[in-house]
Order: sequence, then C-alpha cells, then structure tokens
Amino acid sequence: MAATSTYLLEMIGISKEFPGVRALDNVTLRVRPGTVHALMGENGAGKSTLMKCLFGIYQPDAGEIYLEGRKVRFASARQALDNGVSMVHQELNLVRQRSVMENIWLGRFPRKGPFVDHRRMYEETRRIFQDLEIDIDPRALVGHLSVSQQQMVEIARAVSWGARVIVMDEPTSSLTEREVEHLFRIIRVLREKGCAIIYISHKMNEILTIADEITIMRDGRWIATRPADELTPDEIIRLMVGRDLTHRFPPKENQPGEVILRVENLTAAQQPSIQDVSFELRRGEILGVAGLVGSKRTDLLETLFGLRRRASGRIWLHGREVENRSPAEAMANGFALVTEDRRATGIFPMLSVEFNTLVANLRRYARPLGLLDEKKGAEETEEMLQSLRVKAASRRVPIATLSGGNQQKVILGRWLLTQPEILLLDEPTRGIDVGAKYEIYQLIIDLARQGKAILMVSSEMPELLGVTDRILVMSNGRVAGILDTREATQEEILRLAAMYL
Amino acid sequence: MGLQVPAQVRRGRKLSSFLADNAIYLVLLGLLAGIIAISPDFVSVINFRNILAQASTRVIIALGVAGVLITGGTDLSAGRMVGLSAVVSASLLQAQDYAYRMYPNLPKLPVVLPVLLCVAIGALFGLLNGVAVAVFRVPPFIATLGAMVMIYGVTSIYFDRPPYGAQPIGGLDPDFMEYAQGYFFSGPFALPYLVVYAAVVTLLVWVLWNKTVLGKNMYAIGGNPEAAVVSGVNVTKTLLAVYAIAGALYGFAGTLEAARVGSATNNTGFMYELDAIAAAVVGGVSTSGGVGTVPGVVTGVLIFQVINYGLNFIGVNAYIQYIVKGLIIIAAVAIDMRKYVRRK
Repeated sequence: MAATSTYLLEMIGISKEFPGVRALDNVTLRVRPGTVHALMGENGAGKSTLMKCLFGIYQPDAGEIYLEGRKVRFASARQALDNGVSMVHQELNLVRQRSVMENIWLGRFPRKGPFVDHRRMYEETRRIFQDLEIDIDPRALVGHLSVSQQQMVEIARAVSWGARVIVMDEPTSSLTEREVEHLFRIIRVLREKGCAIIYISHKMNEILTIADEITIMRDGRWIATRPADELTPDEIIRLMVGRDLTHRFPPKENQPGEVILRVENLTAAQQPSIQDVSFELRRGEILGVAGLVGSKRTDLLETLFGLRRRASGRIWLHGREVENRSPAEAMANGFALVTEDRRATGIFPMLSVEFNTLVANLRRYARPLGLLDEKKGAEETEEMLQSLRVKAASRRVPIATLSGGNQQKVILGRWLLTQPEILLLDEPTRGIDVGAKYEIYQLIIDLARQGKAILMVSSEMPELLGVTDRILVMSNGRVAGILDTREATQEEILRLAAMYL
Repeated sequence: MGLQVPAQVRRGRKLSSFLADNAIYLVLLGLLAGIIAISPDFVSVINFRNILAQASTRVIIALGVAGVLITGGTDLSAGRMVGLSAVVSASLLQAQDYAYRMYPNLPKLPVVLPVLLCVAIGALFGLLNGVAVAVFRVPPFIATLGAMVMIYGVTSIYFDRPPYGAQPIGGLDPDFMEYAQGYFFSGPFALPYLVVYAAVVTLLVWVLWNKTVLGKNMYAIGGNPEAAVVSGVNVTKTLLAVYAIAGALYGFAGTLEAARVGSATNNTGFMYELDAIAAAVVGGVSTSGGVGTVPGVVTGVLIFQVINYGLNFIGVNAYIQYIVKGLIIIAAVAIDMRKYVRRK
C-alpha cells in the first residue's frame, strides 16, 4: 500500500439525491487497511445507498472516492471488482444450478485458447478454499450447499477477485453461532492479509467482537466514526436512533394461562427432519424455539402447519385432536405461520399492501355471488395499517416499496386477520433494524397479552431471552430441553443445542 | 454433468432417483422396446437410418431453441426462420433447365453460397430477436412472437411475386438435392449426409455449451440473472450471441429442409418451433432457464421421431400419435420436475 495514505478507501463528502429524497448528505467513510470497519445505522439510514455509490450502481451527486490514495469513480460493479473492491451480498447472488467453481470464476473464466480451462479453475478454487479453511468440493452444485456454505462461496469469490476492500452486507443473517465463528476466522485471515472489510450488520455483539472501527449513519448523514472498543451497545443504539433506547425489549406484560396446545411425539415423514417432538403451549405464552441452523426448527413449524407430512405423533388443541394435514386445514383450526424468508415465501412484492394483507383470508370478503367485498377489505386493511403502525404511503402501493420492518408488520397483520389462536413465527425480526425490531417485539407481546399462543423460532439469543416465557431448544431434529426463560442462560442454551450432534 | 454431483448426494441415490434422472433415456428405450415387441421386423438398419435422417434437421432446430431456453428465454420464430431460409435457398438453387425459375437469368451457383447466405440471414434475424430481448427488454415470448409474425410476412412477400406468384419453389438444382439427400458409402451401411450435418452441429453445440465462456454465461444468465450481472457477465452480449447462433442454426436447417423435401413455400417450417420446444423440454431443458444438456435435447428429438416413425410402422392411427406425443410432453416434464420439487 502507498506509504502516503493511511486509508485504503476514502469516501469523502458523498451526497446523493433522488427525486424528493436526500438519500445521502455529505457522508464520509474512511477505512484503514487490515481492519474491519463496521457500518451501522437503521434501515433507510443510507448504508446501502452509500455502498451503491461505491460500486457505481449509483453515481453520487457530490463527493470523491479514493482507493489507495488514487481518485476513482467506478462506472459498474465490474469495474469495482477489477479494482479490488468487492461485495458479499445479503441475498446470495449465486447460480444454484451450476457448480461452486463456476460460480466463483463466473465473468472471468480461466481460458485455454477458446475453451474454459476447467482444471485450472478447479485448482485455483481449491487453493483459495485452503487459504480460507473452507471445506467444500469445488465441483459440488451450489444448489446442494447449505446457506452458510453458499456464503463461504460468496466470500471466496470476493477473495478470488484479489479484493482489497470487501463489503459484507448482513453476512450472518442466516448463520448459526458456530458458522459465525468460522466466518470470523475467515475475516481475520483476510484482515491479516491487509484487506479492509466493511461490515454491515445490525447485530451488536458480532460487531463488538469483530470490528476495529465503527461508522454510524442516521437519516443519510454521517454521525460518528469511533474505535469499536470505545463504544458500548447502548451508546451505538443511541447514536443510531438519535435518542436513548434504554430498553431493547418492551416490558413483558403477557401472562401465560392454561395449556391450549399439546404436541406429542411429532415426527415428520420426510427425514432427516424433526423426531419425537413433544411440548405444551399455554394461552398467552411466548415459547421460543432455539437451535443451530439445521436443527429443524423451521420443520417443526411446517409440520405443525401441515406443510410437511407427519409420520407419527399427535396434536391436541383444547383437548381435541387436530390433524392439520394441509395449511388450509391448519388455518381452519386457528393456526397461522409467518415464514422465515419474507422475500421467498412471505410477500408478493409487486402487489399492493392491501392485496398482501388480505390474501390469506379472501374467503371472508366473498359476498353471495362470489364477488369480493372491496369496501370491507379496504377498511380492514386501513385498520390493520393503523393498529400495527405500518408506515406506508397508502394501502395501494406495492409492498416492495416498504421497509423490511413494515413488510413484516403487514405479514403479521395478514395472519392476524385470520384470527388465529396459535401463531407460528419463524425468525420474525430477521433483517429488520433495531427500532423496528422493538415494535415487532411489542406487537408479539401484545398479541400474547390478548391470549394468543405464540411459538417463535429465532437465531438471536438476546431476542429469545428478552421476549419469550420459555425456550424450547432443538438439536438435530429433537427436543434437547425446555427452559424457563427467567432462569435460562446463553451457555445453557448452546450446551443443549449441541446435545444430539 | 454427473461429475458435478457432490459425493454425499451420489451415495444417497436410490433406484427411484436413478429412474428420475434418466427418465428421458428410459422413455426412448421403452418406446423402442414396445414397438419392437409389437413388430419385431422394426429392427433394421433402414428403419434406424430413416429415423436418424428425419430427426436431423429437427435436432439442429431444437439445439438452437434449447440454447435460448437455457438463458431463460424462448423462441417462437424458429419455424418461420426455417421457412424464410428454405424459400431463399430454393429460389437461388433451381435447376438451370427448370421452366418456372424465380430468377430465370441466374447462373448456376455453388450450393455453398446460398447456404451461407441463409445462415447469415438466420443469424441476422436471430440477432434482431436478441436486440429486442436484451436491449429493449421485451419479454422473449413477445419479442419472438412478433418476429414470428413479421418473418412470415417477409417470407410471403419474397415468395409470392410475379411472374409465377405463390407457386411452390421446385425444380431444384440436383447438386442442392444431393446436399441433403446424398449418402456417404452405399449399400446397407450408407450414411446420409443429413445425419453427418446433425452430428457435427451437435458436437459443436456441445463444445459451445460446455467448454466456452459463452456457454457458461448462458447457463449463468438463465440460472440467476442478478448473479450473472454482479459477476460482471456481459448479459446483453451473451444474449445477442445466443439468439444469433440460434438463428444461424434455423437458417442452416431451412436449407436442409428445402433440399430434403425438394421444394419450399412460405409455409415451410410452420410450427416447427413448437416441435423443437417440446423436444427440448422433454429432453430436460428447463423453461425457467439454467438447466439443459445437449444429449438430453437430442434424445428429446429422437423420442418424437421414434413416435412418428415407429407408430406409423406398427400402423397406429395418426391422430392417436398426437395424443401420445402430448402425453409424453406432460409426463416427461412431470417426472423431471420430481428432481426439483422438494418433497416435504
């Protein structure tokens, strides 16, 4: 690196305006070589707009970018890549139908004459994987890999471009603690090599573990850049939201009542999946489900909801046995499922907020002739938007225009309109920023207070400890234990999660 | 692509998934076995040669369409391009002593010239499809639907002219006929030129799909367009090339079709695109893109040809053949989908 510049990457005074919105206002980001630089801020704070300016997806209206002291302005992502600036995307950008090595070398295959040099591609991939301690067969199909392995492939791809600056956008959103450790090992290897990592995440404890410096943004403006060891989680949150958030979790006001759901020896037909799962759920109770990725927590919800076929086991609701052979039957029995992957199985992105609100419940709006009662639908949508405090320009805008937190509220609202008794929530705050998370927590606790029984899968330990009444820990498809949240510790949960590995 | 399957998946394979993975090959073998069981004298060099020869132009068209399908697109204009090429090549290669020549004063041309011209015309129209799809972002179904209608117009204007009007263009130059109807060797093991053309095209397309950057990019774009863009793949250029190559293949197939049949009209090639798409899909090409192999496409074409020829041979009513074909299209894809649909 040039001795004259202490920074590997400098973005100075970046401004970007969209019609009606000042997305970035004089933002400055300076990243030193051999460091992990966390970029924090609520959704909409301008983090991704800033990164898009770096990658040439947007052209900034004002400001300058220096890479190793050299002024640059990239016209495309490809140009950024060629200059050693690369990005690991939050939603994995891989071609699932093709092999790992093809994905890594896509866009610049090594060639032998007019042909692609498969042998070299394989060897180079192996070499990079060895450097990064990644154990994946370069010839495996990406579609057959786990999410965390796919993430490793993305990182390896960034490294293969000879990247000096690597941007990681929410890299741990779908990783287990153990996989996060592996990711951090890789990040440390990269840091040793003098790379700079720009690490975008909402997860406080991760940031404080891995980051050397932290830049915080709010409302498109630069707020602060400080060494990580000078900041506490509360301080970070204060800087991010611009006010004191003394509590990350709302007060627990729900009061568990009598048992309404009893599940006995539930085993899914298509193994590997859940085996012999038994538990009870009370009225007004929030039962957390903890476990590592692959512990089949989602399978548990899907089996209860009739999305997965059951091999054996019984479900009693109010002492009456229910079958739940299909989602329709489960819904009729008062179950609702909010899925984990909002984009893939939750929202209809191009359709309106109203459609997204009503879609699970259209039969209720049918009039005798089968035509839909639009007035009633509109009213109930408005009511939902208000009571859940959804920020949307109107009920007619496409749901894709809402922030992640607001989309999640609409999905919750959709299921609440079916008037469920049992709410199955799969990672309800995934990819949502701190402020909005608080509101979702508040909503969940309110629902429990109204007597709903809630089963909530989460990979975030603090969330489980802060919101639930009891925590069911799954390990490799089985129940490793059920803890009272007031007495549970992170260590105990992790110990149980590893029980059947 | 068996070599890209990870070891643990391979170990876990059972008979059922073996059947699913190789369904199309089994369907082909099953069809042949059934026909032979009913009529043992079906087994003859002549029959198999006929099937291969008849399948040849279709393989060439299907490989063109399949490339487009793999990018996540589709091509409805294939049949009309075949027609245009057939009409143009036939008009330029009529025998000198034929009375109703379209160009009475045209000297005898070497066959290769009009053939190359037709390949170029095909590539040009294919390129225009590519421009509509890749540059103007018209959905491929619409872009090629438009092209299909338009090219029919172009062909008809070229075809329906004085002095002879809309007469089939016949009386072809013997050299031109020889180009499609000729054989290497003679006697029982004669090898039709058509089969050789198809084999060469198949090999070239296989190399293109599997060994070149263009081929890899084609799969990447169909599999995940976003990922391809982020990886710096030039999507526009790749699509232009894939559509142009497809057009060139239709152009070539059109010349073969004219010479094989011995005449051409503006309706030559009508609906060939649907046969080609059906064959590609039966051969395991995914209409949502990113998946497909050359052996699969060739097998898909052969399945349809065996149905045509074989069922005729054992005397099955021609209309029933349509029903069988339709069922096979749906059944083959249904079996194929089992590989992709996650069982819960």
